[in-house]
Amino acid sequence: MLLTNFLLLAALLFCIGVYGVLARKNAVLVLMSIELILNAVNINLVAFGVITGTISGHVFALFIIAVAAAEVGVGLALVILIYRNRRSINLDELDLMKG
Amino acid sequence: MDVVWGDNVAQNIAFYVIAIPMVAAALKMVTTKNVVHAALYLVVVLVGVSAQFILLGAEFIAATQILVYVGAIVVLILFGVMLTRAKLGRDAEVNNDPTQRIAGALVAVILFAVMSYAIIDAFEGTELPEERYQPLQVVSDSIFSTYLVPFEATSVLLLAALIGAIVLARRD
Repeated sequence: MLLTNFLLLAALLFCIGVYGVLARKNAVLVLMSIELILNAVNINLVAFGVITGTISGHVFALFIIAVAAAEVGVGLALVILIYRNRRSINLDELDLMKG
Repeated sequence: MDVVWGDNVAQNIAFYVIAIPMVAAALKMVTTKNVVHAALYLVVVLVGVSAQFILLGAEFIAATQILVYVGAIVVLILFGVMLTRAKLGRDAEVNNDPTQRIAGALVAVILFAVMSYAIIDAFEGTELPEERYQPLQVVSDSIFSTYLVPFEATSVLLLAALIGAIVLARRD
């Protein structure tokens, strides 16, 4: 089992997530792409933890899962708040702070 | 570049059997116009990631992945879709205009080219150890000794996120 298999898979998922963040207008879809990015990082962490023979990679992956849960909770609360105020979650309409 | 295969044939086959649907579902997730379908494609990717964790010998993280992501986060996202009243059918208004999409695709392709070059340059031919199973006892011992402070900080973070989400989303 080669290390590069996992690293390349993680890199591919990360790049698909980056494309999703850049190409989507709907805020919920952008949050979903961010979840994809976080998962790619988790694969990397566990793979490197295995290759170094330590437990750190596993523990950090667990922490990232917890942080992702917190992030998506607050993120969706923000999205719902934006929807309530503006009746739309299109990100390109949120240009209040544009100079 | 010729494909280099690992030593363990069964694990290689399992890897590709899991990886190919994952990548296909991820691509569908960022291109489909239906928000609910995107969430369901996300489930395929998350379950695939969990299976890759099992291949890496990290069974506890695989179980946590299923419980937290598929059990909680996807349900939260579906609630978000419901509460923001995105059209449940096809919705043309989910993508940016084509120039921005092309720029995004360009960024993603260049990023992948650079990263894959760096990965192959640094780690080509590195074999994972055959014995890589990490029992739950080792993980939990590590969490409750070396990583005790980050662990407690995580619980405070989750509490803060809980309160923050309630304060933001509740209707006064």
